[in-house]
Amino acid sequence: MSPNLQDIPASAAVPTEREMVRISHVTKRFSLRHDHSLKELVFSALQRKKLADTFLALDDVDLTVHAGETVGLIGFNGSGKSTLLKTISGVLFPDRGRVLVRGKVAGLIEVGAGFHPDLSGRENVYLNGAILGMTREQIDEKFDEIVAFSEIEEFIDTDVKYYSSGMFLRLAFAVAVHTEPDIFLVDEILSVGDEPFQRKCLERIRKLQEQGRTMVVVSHELEMLEKLCTRIVVLERGTVIFDGDPTEAIRTLRAT
Amino acid sequence: MSEAGERPAPHVPTRAEQAEGWRSPGQDAGWLNPIRERFLLRLLVRKELRVRYRGSMLGMVWSYVKPAVQFCVFYIALGIFLQLSRDTPAYAVYLFSGIVVINLFGEVFGNATRSITGNQALVSKIYLPSQLFPWASMIVALVHFLPQLLVLIVGALLFGWLPSLTSVVAFGIGMVILLVFTMGLGMLTAALNAAFRDVENFVDLIVMVATWLSPVLYRISMVQDAIGGTIWWWIYQLNPLTIVVELFHTAFWRYGPRVVEAVPGDPSLITPGEPFGLWWAGLLIAGATFVIGTVVFEKSKRRFAQEL
Repeated sequence: MSPNLQDIPASAAVPTEREMVRISHVTKRFSLRHDHSLKELVFSALQRKKLADTFLALDDVDLTVHAGETVGLIGFNGSGKSTLLKTISGVLFPDRGRVLVRGKVAGLIEVGAGFHPDLSGRENVYLNGAILGMTREQIDEKFDEIVAFSEIEEFIDTDVKYYSSGMFLRLAFAVAVHTEPDIFLVDEILSVGDEPFQRKCLERIRKLQEQGRTMVVVSHELEMLEKLCTRIVVLERGTVIFDGDPTEAIRTLRAT
Repeated sequence: MSEAGERPAPHVPTRAEQAEGWRSPGQDAGWLNPIRERFLLRLLVRKELRVRYRGSMLGMVWSYVKPAVQFCVFYIALGIFLQLSRDTPAYAVYLFSGIVVINLFGEVFGNATRSITGNQALVSKIYLPSQLFPWASMIVALVHFLPQLLVLIVGALLFGWLPSLTSVVAFGIGMVILLVFTMGLGMLTAALNAAFRDVENFVDLIVMVATWLSPVLYRISMVQDAIGGTIWWWIYQLNPLTIVVELFHTAFWRYGPRVVEAVPGDPSLITPGEPFGLWWAGLLIAGATFVIGTVVFEKSKRRFAQEL
């Protein structure tokens, strides 16, 4: 579901000169193994077959993100957007080159990745908050605000497995946006929930921009990114083919 | 194992860059993480415990049932049928103090091995210090160990045993050796299991064999009679589990009144190197295993996310 264009607030980001993320010459190669067994390893050694096909996900990528910027990453499937985001969050490590960050990073690579269906909403808020780097005092302090934002007050002590998918996503998003990181990494999560909730999310993001937080956003919702971002990077098969003005970036992507 | 032979580039920021606040993502305190991230560790432990007993009516009671059944079977088969309880005074205490050691070993080792693959959703999507997973499984195992330890203490008291300084020291050293050794192995196998799922089956095999390769069911003097003087006897004695089981025997069984009474008539009840046996060798082997496990884990943790 794509949010109504007129509902998207214009970008409130205020870019500064201070560098927050520095990516230099980052290369990442994946091997596509079929399963994880010794049997396969032995057989392929006997047959002198290559064990795995490799796939170059990122090829010598350079990127610098400044404080207060909202940078969009766009590109077709398999262009390396999510891989790049994961190397910034520390889930993946580059084979070559290096990534440096400054300040606290919170990665929302997938909404609700840290949620466990067998725990209650309340327990999940604590677990996920802690995973995203909050201390117990911070979570205690923000708890009511998080629950209010997610609008699921009456179900907060119910196990998450009984939640509807919308409720689940709302709670997960609410935790994430209350972690107050310096750098906020967002992957395809702006399409959660119904329209009123989406509007709320976008307002929240605008507020984070006003506070001067740095954001890196991956999405296929090009129109939304065009309004939200101060700068867009276009990736194609692991290389940066454009880096600059949002409108022009989208034109570049559509032209390929 | 999965990069095509490429050496990872130096990724740490230089000192000058560090002074400006730069750090590389995923850089953390390594094996110190469980101490730094106590709050997160506690939440992970609580999660494990909740998930373990979901939809189970008896819940934690199951952690009593398994050792109880084990104990009964061994006691009947070995103590009564093979008549081991005839020559071993307080054989029930002897047997159970070994069983709790092997159970704790098996649970820590097995859980730690599966801790990375079992938390796939977290490991591959969100950054958090991966050392926390094997540590959380160790604490979960300790939670299950506590009731068994209580049963052991009550049982020993019923046989007239009273705690002494020797028993406290033996128990303390035994626990340290056991946990350090098993965590070392567990981190090693957790890292290997992320690459090859065969490892967890191999670990199950080791746990099964462990009961029989340490003096849990029989007395160590029987082993000495059979293979004493050979290299195998030394290997048997240097098995850290043998050392820990013997320390537990010292703590809960050896100085109970029935054993003390029987010693003059049967010198084989005196174990080699009383009271603490080869504790120093146990500590050394455990420490070395822990270092190896930590190093391997730290080296491979960067690949966990892409291997799962």
